[in-house]
Amino acid sequence: MLTVDIKKKLSDFTLNISFTAPNKTIVLFGPSGCGKTTILRCIAGLLKPDEGSIVSNATVFYSSTKAIHLPPKKRNVSYMFQDFALFPHMNVKHNIWYGVKTPSQEANELYEKLITLLKIEHLPHRSISQLSGGEKQRVAMARALMAEPQILLLDEPLSALDAQSRYELQDELKRLQEIWNIPFILVTHSPEEAQAIGSEVLFLHQGQQVSEPPPSWNMNGNGKTTRSSFQYFY
Amino acid sequence: MVEWQPVILSIKVASISVLFVFFLGVLSAYVMRNTDIPGKAALESFFTLPLVLPPVVIGFLLLILVGKQGPVGILLTKYFDMQIIFTQSAAVLAGTVVSFPLMYQSTKAAFEGIDKTLEDAARTLGASEWRVFWTVTIPLSWPGLVSGLVLSFARTLGEFGATIMIAGNIPGKTQTIPLAIYFATESNDLITAGMYVIIISVITFSIIFGLNHWKGKNITLH
Repeated sequence: MLTVDIKKKLSDFTLNISFTAPNKTIVLFGPSGCGKTTILRCIAGLLKPDEGSIVSNATVFYSSTKAIHLPPKKRNVSYMFQDFALFPHMNVKHNIWYGVKTPSQEANELYEKLITLLKIEHLPHRSISQLSGGEKQRVAMARALMAEPQILLLDEPLSALDAQSRYELQDELKRLQEIWNIPFILVTHSPEEAQAIGSEVLFLHQGQQVSEPPPSWNMNGNGKTTRSSFQYFY
Repeated sequence: MVEWQPVILSIKVASISVLFVFFLGVLSAYVMRNTDIPGKAALESFFTLPLVLPPVVIGFLLLILVGKQGPVGILLTKYFDMQIIFTQSAAVLAGTVVSFPLMYQSTKAAFEGIDKTLEDAARTLGASEWRVFWTVTIPLSWPGLVSGLVLSFARTLGEFGATIMIAGNIPGKTQTIPLAIYFATESNDLITAGMYVIIISVITFSIIFGLNHWKGKNITLH
């Protein structure tokens, strides 16, 4: 369970957001530049909010009143970046193992499980430049989960992929969330992606939560809105 | 007559200088990139100064600083009973100072070329700043760092003005190739001077050629 209640002044508006994420996939949906990525960066500890608090289970990540700001390495939050941010000078296996502190039998088992689940058993010794977009996404996912995070942040995880890979990986994301059972917080501006993956959707506009989805929400090809099937935060 | 001592000394001085310059250059570039210290612009200009000031001016300033009556010179004599003026250490100091801007600029450019998201990715995977630096920042900036090292080495090898001011020209002790060339020419021994010219040219050419070869077709000396 993750509780976020933060304010941060950005160049065009002030981000002011408050939500609770249970062990499900929470989607932050909104147009580009509405502050979605800033929220992820604050949760990961890469940015410091101006005020408020971020608490994961019993761990205080950030609290302006208690003057706490844990560095990223102490948060145990994995972050899948939009362009995957795989280390180009390491092969696939070294990338996946990067977040493991001490190699152990359990870590080996987790590694085998991940590469099987994500269907990347044939890739360990490849260099990153030899991977397709879909393969990079899978490797980034494996690397993120290999660090055994208590929260996984995903920034537009499928936007760099072609339609076929996108459909496959949408299903895999849902499956992985069910297996890992930790909060997945996913940022997207694609209504299709939000509806396919999200258990809950939070609509954002200029750094604020809004109750009504933006017009782009209904543009999912068939003109239908699936809004009623979502549990909103209010 | 050509002696090998100035050649060996030049290579020794350049090698030791390059070691200092590597740590100082990388450290300064890292601090300048990752911290917001006051007076950053002034410091940046200060770091570049040895590149634009005449070497003899650098030598003069170092002489004032580490000479027998200089503040650092007095301290060294008082606490360590040591003098660096007119020693090989002075030659190393001169080489380090004049080549520092080359290493600093190369490292800075190399660091700026790194996608910061990669370093952030390492941080979110639990890496300390130290680990991020050694496993992500340094490997990804390596080509730029090697360029800086090679240029610094070549620059130190050819150093004359600052070296003669603080290390002097003591044959067998502080005489490097450029000094040997100057004094051979001055005493009308053009053959010896010419031989030294050939030797230093071959060394410098080999180093730059080796670097370019290593970098393949992407010859980008920062």
